[in-house]
Amino acid sequence: MTTTLSDAWYKLPWAVRRLIVPAIVVALFVFYPEYVTSLSAQWFPQMSVMVQMCVFAMMALGLNVVVGYAGLLDLGYVAFYAAGSYVAGMFATQQFANTTFQWKFHFLPVAVPQILPGIHISVWLLLAVGAAFAAVLGIAIGLPTLRLRGDYLAIVTLGFGEIIPQAVNNGDDVFGHNVTNGPNGLTPIDQLGFGTSVHNAVSFLPANYHSEINFLNYYYWTGLALVAFTLFCCIRLRDSRLGRAWVAIREDEIAAAAMGVPLMRTKTWAYAIGAFFGGLAGCFYAIEKNSTFPGDFSLNISIFVLCMVILGGMGNVWGVMLGAVVLTYLNYQGLAAIGRQLNIDISTYSYGFFGLIIVIMMLLRPEGLIPSRRRRVEFRAAAEGVDVGQAVAQHE
Amino acid sequence: MAADSPTGGRVKLAALPSLAKNVNLVMGTVVVGLVVIVMIGNAIQDWRQFVSVMLTGITLGAMYCLVALGYTLVYGIIELINFAHGDVFMWGSMFAVTIGVSWFGLNGSQSGIVTAGLLLVTMAAAMALCGTGNVVIERLVYKPLRNAPKLAPLITAIGMSFILQTLALRVYGPSEQTADNVLPDSSHRLFTVGIYGYPIKNLIVVLITLPVLAALVYLVRSTRQGKAMRAVAQDTDAARMMGINVDRTISFTFALGGVLAGAGGTLWVMWQTSTRYDLGFQLGLFAFTAAVLGGIGNLSGAALGAFIIGLLQAGNDGLSWHVPGSSWTQSVVFAVLILILVFRPQGLLGEATADRA
Repeated sequence: MTTTLSDAWYKLPWAVRRLIVPAIVVALFVFYPEYVTSLSAQWFPQMSVMVQMCVFAMMALGLNVVVGYAGLLDLGYVAFYAAGSYVAGMFATQQFANTTFQWKFHFLPVAVPQILPGIHISVWLLLAVGAAFAAVLGIAIGLPTLRLRGDYLAIVTLGFGEIIPQAVNNGDDVFGHNVTNGPNGLTPIDQLGFGTSVHNAVSFLPANYHSEINFLNYYYWTGLALVAFTLFCCIRLRDSRLGRAWVAIREDEIAAAAMGVPLMRTKTWAYAIGAFFGGLAGCFYAIEKNSTFPGDFSLNISIFVLCMVILGGMGNVWGVMLGAVVLTYLNYQGLAAIGRQLNIDISTYSYGFFGLIIVIMMLLRPEGLIPSRRRRVEFRAAAEGVDVGQAVAQHE
Repeated sequence: MAADSPTGGRVKLAALPSLAKNVNLVMGTVVVGLVVIVMIGNAIQDWRQFVSVMLTGITLGAMYCLVALGYTLVYGIIELINFAHGDVFMWGSMFAVTIGVSWFGLNGSQSGIVTAGLLLVTMAAAMALCGTGNVVIERLVYKPLRNAPKLAPLITAIGMSFILQTLALRVYGPSEQTADNVLPDSSHRLFTVGIYGYPIKNLIVVLITLPVLAALVYLVRSTRQGKAMRAVAQDTDAARMMGINVDRTISFTFALGGVLAGAGGTLWVMWQTSTRYDLGFQLGLFAFTAAVLGGIGNLSGAALGAFIIGLLQAGNDGLSWHVPGSSWTQSVVFAVLILILVFRPQGLLGEATADRA
């Protein structure tokens, strides 16, 4: 039996064999909502957790561009997440219908009554706008600060990560105008959907996600598509001219500059692209949970995402995805489930647990669970005091 | 200028690059000028308030000083931003609550001498515990990473910070730990100006801080161990060749930082009468900002930066004429940090080195 099976396997053309495992994994993910109900609700991630995974996978992939590819430590990544969220929050709610503004503007809104006041721009469009705005913010933050080296850059980004939520929090009184609605946040945000005309033509595309009973499934599938888009971009970027410039800067900035890599432009691109995906994730998440609050954006989120990148393996998209999936699961369901089993409430201590992961990984396996090959060589070379360039050359 | 170049256009062209070159100077002048104008405006508006707020700022500055020195010492010697330092400070305040309040029962009902004696014992114990703790952390997690890429120890320190916070959360819970009225409460004033007064306890905090700082300066400037520290900071390999035990010197530096944090934590909890597991995060970052402001690695710079940040924070929280107000304090301090790093990364007193920034 086994021989026939393996014979059949090897008779398949290489192209098919190569694609079969990824195809199964993708199918498992895509059809997850179909069989999740038959799995143990305590241990297997529920749909809300799966949507979180999509959000954090996008963020981790985005941060990976900055930290993993370009080697710039960013401790304020949450700023871009916040920027994306607030783009969705401000341009798809009734926020600007308040007493000081009284604006009404509709642009291709989905499932929004004609009479609803405030600014309502198509949420699909806002996903792109939010991401682009975050990228612009990334450039604005990056241009003055990217000249700084390593640890100083980390601290400056941390500063921005703290300032932006505070600015949003205090934005309910900008010279008397309520712009961000302050600590009360923005809610309800318009929902994703395809509109009635599309729904009538193609019945499985809902007119409006939130009116469906299983709306989380639709958000999950949308999130999955966005993750796929992010993943595609990240892989293409890694192998591009820009991606190779990032690696060069990461390994030896001076040598890269001497070889004609424009340092500032390359670093700023890393920042902008990383910010882009952070903004995309923030925008999507705000729409999914229908609201956004300044309290959602703490340093903890930045560290949490950094932890995913480190755990999975800096520079390797698959490792980073794994890190995002594992840590999101643990944070939103796994730790609580384990705690229930052991009869102690360990979810309160989740950040200590993530701190422990960071420390242990840095001490024992700094290259992460699924490392990028090149990154591993770099870490090993540094630990042994060998020149990084030489080590990489030898390795190849 | 005009005499050198007859045509007006050339004057403009020549003036542009010099402006660009002096952008740091211009920015610095603008920022400092704004702060000074706001300060003077406030002083004119209500000088009593101004004086009282500035005095509070000095006390706050003294607290930041104790923490900022810990950052600067460690950065000076191994170029690590010891992210967990703020949490060591928080643990210092927790130790002070446990030892001083729970064990010794300090609550202000004892006589002055007894309170002072027990307070000093509490402080000494907190200093010893924090110093030891900091060395243990250094030996366990930072030492193995001494040759790793530079970001590895920094990331580890962030992880350590979370671990220390969670440990405090586990041991003390999420509620505030209080130490009521060990020092005379705010109604005991040294003097009063209008409705504002200067509480005696603010003076006590400053008076305890000063000898600690003096001892530190003596230690670093005039002892053998201090000389070893300075040597290692300057050139680790050369120091090792001269027979200096580098590992021990680094550990000693961490111990020193921990001791200062312990002293600071004790004073903080006596002054503010409460502490919480997440105290160290913001306070640590403010102290770090102070260290960077003064020029990281530079002891007098850290002290100067700490007092500036203390005054800035007190001013922003307490003054009333055209200040952003306490809901913006964090942003103001971080904006200072960002401006300093971008325009003068070597800090106010630091020397410009190519590699430092």
